[in-house]
Amino acid sequence: MSEEFKIEIVNPEKSFLVKEDVLEVVVPAFEGEMGILKDHISIISFLKPGIIKVFSKSGDENYYVEDGIIEFKNNNLSILTSTIFSVKDLDKSKQVDLLKKAEAEASKSEMSDQAKYLADQKVEVLRSIN
Amino acid sequence: MASLDDLKKRIASVKSTQKITKAMKMVAAAKLRRAQESAERGRPYSEKMNNIILNLSNGISDKENAPKLLSGTGENKTHLCVVMTSDRGLCGGFNSNIIKKAKSHFSKILNEGKQLKIITVGSKGNDQLKRVYGDKIIKNISFKESKNANYFDADKVGRIIIEKFEAGEFDICTIFFNQFKNVITQLPQAQQIIPLNNEEDNNNSDESYEFEPDEDEILSNLLPKNISTQIFKAMLENSASEQGSRMSAMDNATRNAGEMVDKLTIEYNRSRQAAITKELIEIISGAESL
Repeated sequence: MSEEFKIEIVNPEKSFLVKEDVLEVVVPAFEGEMGILKDHISIISFLKPGIIKVFSKSGDENYYVEDGIIEFKNNNLSILTSTIFSVKDLDKSKQVDLLKKAEAEASKSEMSDQAKYLADQKVEVLRSIN
Repeated sequence: MASLDDLKKRIASVKSTQKITKAMKMVAAAKLRRAQESAERGRPYSEKMNNIILNLSNGISDKENAPKLLSGTGENKTHLCVVMTSDRGLCGGFNSNIIKKAKSHFSKILNEGKQLKIITVGSKGNDQLKRVYGDKIIKNISFKESKNANYFDADKVGRIIIEKFEAGEFDICTIFFNQFKNVITQLPQAQQIIPLNNEEDNNNSDESYEFEPDEDEILSNLLPKNISTQIFKAMLENSASEQGSRMSAMDNATRNAGEMVDKLTIEYNRSRQAAITKELIEIISGAESL
């Protein structure tokens, strides 16, 4: 039996990525990283800023996301996100840009703990990409 | 009958109008392709979002305490109508169709003795509505600066709506926009976004999901996003419709101008001929009398 399932990443503008031969996806879910294999139980979860790792037969890819929702059902993984970049295509200046924005956000004084946590997370992930 | 000179001038002016409408048509056609593409590419996102919310609301355990954005305030007194139109004219019946749809909805609400509040997105809608419903318009939003519909703008509108909802300013929110079907057909739509209409409620709800974190938290985060998404979808559909409508309107105008030029040219030739004949008769009768 094949171990492949389908992934679809969409952002508001377009369908960002569709792949049919995915073996494993690791997503930065809200309560920790989560690996998804074929026949995972149906799940809906939030994403926090982090890296989505897609392992497929046609090669591995990494994507940086800032937020999103994932839904896994009947071996279809849908990821809805408003901000997504392929790590491979993310050039230095863009990355520095994002990092600056994230740092500015994280250094704001009045914000809820949750927002603070998310902003810190963003900074950390962006720094780690280097 | 108009003099030869007048006719000549008119022909020239109709011709130059035709040139303008032709150019506008071509610009609209080029823009239409892009707008249509992005409208089609944007559809999966809003559909998926809707699906997830549907699944979530089916799975929610405690309907009583469901977020207000989903279940409504339980009242039905004040309606907020978001009328989305374009910022530019010369696009046929595009704006009037939305306004017509919206106006019939307004009078229904007012006849039922309910309160009406209006937000207009796009200046053309505001222009047409402010004469009759000027006192009902609470806000006018316009994105003249942004070239294409983008999510950032939609999110701004969404935030305003949610803010007003949380302040208890309205119970039910409906958005008006044109759905793009094809170049000739655009369907004016009224879509209720608060509370969410769950008509097709009972499909495959046996599926149980695992939620992380719990349903309530996901829902309360997702619903505001959904509002922005629906508005964004409406904006995309609208911009495709606008270009389609403009294209067919300009196509018509070009054709009409062509017909007019033909008619005027015939008239011009006739009167030119008549003038020549008249002159000849004068010369001949002058020669005869000698």
